Amino acid sequence: MLASEGVAKVTKEASGYIKLIWSHWSARTGLIISIFIILIAIFAPLIAPRSYAQTDLKHRLEPPSPDFPFGTDELGRCIFSRVIYGSRIALWVGILVVIVEALVGVTLGIIAGYWEGWVDRVISFLSDSIWALPPIVLALGVVTVIGPGISQVVTAIAIVSWPPFTRVSRAKVLSIKNREFVIAAKAIGESDISIIVRYILPNIIPSILVLATLTLPTAILSTTALSFLGFGAQPPTPDWGDMIAKGMGYLQIAPWISTFPGIFLVITSLGFNLLGDGLRDLIDPRLRI
Amino acid sequence: MGILSYAAKRLSIGFFIVIFVSLILFIFMQLLPGDPITLLTAGERVSQQRIEELRRAWGLDQPIYIQFFFWLSHMLQGDFGTSFVFKLPVVRVVVPRIPATLQLTITALVISYIFGIILGTLSAVRRGMLSERVLTGVYTFLYSIPTYWLGAMLMLAFGFYLRVLPISGHGTLAHLILPASTLALPNIAIFARMMRTEVLETLYEEYVRTAMAKGLPRLVVLFRHVMRNALIPVTVLFFLELPWTIGGAVIVEAIFSWPGMGNLLYRSILMQDYPVVMFIIFLISIFTVISNVIGDILTAILDPRVTLKG
Amino acid sequence: MGLLQIKDLRTYFFTSRGKVRAVDGVDLSLYEREVLAVVGETGCGKSTLGLSIIRLVPYPGRIVGGEIFFKGKDLLKMDESELREIRGKEIAMIFQNPSKALNPVYKVGYQIAEMPRYHLGVPMKRAWGLAVDLLRKVKIPDPEVKASSYPHSLSGGMKQRSLIAMMISLKPSLLIADEPTTALDVTVQAQIMDLLKEIREEVGMAVMLITHNIGLVAEESDRVAVMYAGKIVEVGATPDVLEDPLHPYTRGLLSSLPSRRSRKERLPSIPGSVPDLINLPSGCRFHPRCPYKLDICDKEEPKLSEVKRGHLVSCFAVG
Repeated sequence: MLASEGVAKVTKEASGYIKLIWSHWSARTGLIISIFIILIAIFAPLIAPRSYAQTDLKHRLEPPSPDFPFGTDELGRCIFSRVIYGSRIALWVGILVVIVEALVGVTLGIIAGYWEGWVDRVISFLSDSIWALPPIVLALGVVTVIGPGISQVVTAIAIVSWPPFTRVSRAKVLSIKNREFVIAAKAIGESDISIIVRYILPNIIPSILVLATLTLPTAILSTTALSFLGFGAQPPTPDWGDMIAKGMGYLQIAPWISTFPGIFLVITSLGFNLLGDGLRDLIDPRLRI
Repeated sequence: MGILSYAAKRLSIGFFIVIFVSLILFIFMQLLPGDPITLLTAGERVSQQRIEELRRAWGLDQPIYIQFFFWLSHMLQGDFGTSFVFKLPVVRVVVPRIPATLQLTITALVISYIFGIILGTLSAVRRGMLSERVLTGVYTFLYSIPTYWLGAMLMLAFGFYLRVLPISGHGTLAHLILPASTLALPNIAIFARMMRTEVLETLYEEYVRTAMAKGLPRLVVLFRHVMRNALIPVTVLFFLELPWTIGGAVIVEAIFSWPGMGNLLYRSILMQDYPVVMFIIFLISIFTVISNVIGDILTAILDPRVTLKG
Repeated sequence: MGLLQIKDLRTYFFTSRGKVRAVDGVDLSLYEREVLAVVGETGCGKSTLGLSIIRLVPYPGRIVGGEIFFKGKDLLKMDESELREIRGKEIAMIFQNPSKALNPVYKVGYQIAEMPRYHLGVPMKRAWGLAVDLLRKVKIPDPEVKASSYPHSLSGGMKQRSLIAMMISLKPSLLIADEPTTALDVTVQAQIMDLLKEIREEVGMAVMLITHNIGLVAEESDRVAVMYAGKIVEVGATPDVLEDPLHPYTRGLLSSLPSRRSRKERLPSIPGSVPDLINLPSGCRFHPRCPYKLDICDKEEPKLSEVKRGHLVSCFAVG
């Protein structure tokens, strides 16, 4: 195939997917909002008028004004700039969490589903037990041991949130395992790894993608929650959760410090939740977290 | 199999989970900074004799798996150590705060449950219409709000600007409103979503078609046939969500200074009062197991098709 | 003027893939006390036809045009409260899968009793007694016990009988039976059909038997209508149609029956496949598969016309 033909084919498939997403109102709205936030994160330096760490003690705790669209905090930092840069933290940390969760969860799920037996029972037991317990409590437990910080938060949340990925991939593996093409492949002696990669993975990926999209907002909310409690990002990093926490002390006199980061958190979550719900309807309506 | 023997069987499985959690906590304790003696003596200076006593009581010079059994036996006797901060047995520090947490959690869940069912049913029944989108949008929106921020905003609105509700403390119904609402609002979506799915599925069931073919009015069909079936998994969800909501309560209690277990957990982590932290996590695990067993039993009671087998 | 007169009924499903024209201009009459079979392959729209009559077409479907006259009144113009008087009381319907048609959380007797309780205002106690009597009438052993049982403890055949009991309790004039025996064992099938025959005679009920089973049609029906891709292609007295099928589709359908061939010959099937109800062929819908296709067949749609007495067909090659 010529390069130009290849590009044309990919573009055609991509536009097919885009059209599909566009047809569903939830997916459509979610996609627009999500792209909006992603663009903000990518172009943060161009959008934010100031650096997020830049203090200006002459303008402390000022309400929103043309100069400081979202006002300033107790150190005179521009909240607007901090919120804009904060989108990078939120998305980056969230995506990282989801990637780790997905890798761990899907791997365990495939192992459990493919080989079954006691391996399956152990993994399922682990998965169900971890999932039944409240994630925040477990994550706090982990953080108590390994200490505060962004990478610790990512680890903590990922450790407690992988079960849905395991459950979904395990279920899919079980349903695909006994289809003719897999049995045929086994009969001609294909290796397990090869079977998994060539037949099972492609069938799992759409559902995992939906799950990832749905889990991203939860990951963002959880990581910012831990930051809110003081266990995550350290100043001057403009983490939205941390900003809200710091703003609590000034809630009555300078409510904008806490308000604006939260609004962006809601927008971001809403965008990915809508997108995820839409994708779920389109790809795998029976998916349950 | 009767309900009691079924419950016993499920509880024994839960017992394993508790052992498992204890193991995790034990490992956790090993990983903490400081050595066990410091933990047990709460960092105080004690006599060498006392240290020897503790070593023997907790099997500290034994191999690690023996230590685990010592630990388990202490646990089963109700001895979880002493709080560093309060200088009291951990159990005495934590248990009095349980009712406040339960009060908050259950109230919030009941609110979420009721609103969730209403919104979910409405959005299922109005499928394809504009109101479906509006309803779905509403509860998805609520689900996207971080609890801690919602608490702050509600505090701002009702505590500072409107000055109708107290924002911290405990004791009257008024004190309960803000924290419970903060905890409840994002959770509405969880019930609404499941209710919507269940109602939609039930609506397509043949027995609903039969009921309509019998000439029964829509509302009768909806309430008597559809909801009676759809509510089963949703009501079970209530109990499954209980432990999760306790998790959310940690943040809410911290913000509103609610004197519950969650608040204590948070502060204990900050103050490195590890025995208290571990005990609370342990308690929550037990609670999770019990909630899940109740959920199972409830399914069996509500659905005649489910027999009480293992 | 018959009991039921359907004129140019059109029911479409508005899906994201397009407009599914499940019932696309159906004219049909049904007379008192007769059994009219509606026969066709899966997906030809016959179930939707049945559902349209009592107006229980599920989302995303909608009746978009036509008239259905029942005892002189147009069902499609009635409002919800009038319809509720008709459903169950005058027109009853039983469905294909008896296992799923009973609500699992209520006792069987309760569900049957709902009928007299709601329509006639009979109090629960008496209604329960009526339910037990009905179960007895449909030959269910131990009717008192069964009435107090939940559906999952009944066999498929018993469930279908219970549903029949439920639906005939108010002695309707018309019973629409959508594949009533498809989900049941062969031996039970015969029993159910015999039961229906008995009840028919006793109550004076007409039956619209929707099925794809030609054997059933031959045994049980007075008249038969053949449906293809949303339209009726042939209708007439059963012996007429079965002995002398006029429409090419009917011919193909009948010649593929195992019973009419010796075991050595291979079963012919009609070449081609059922058309997609979203993208229908132009003109006559059967023309891509028709061995008698004429030039006009892909340009215009044929209409039902009477070729012999009481025997109508829509085909350019024949009518």
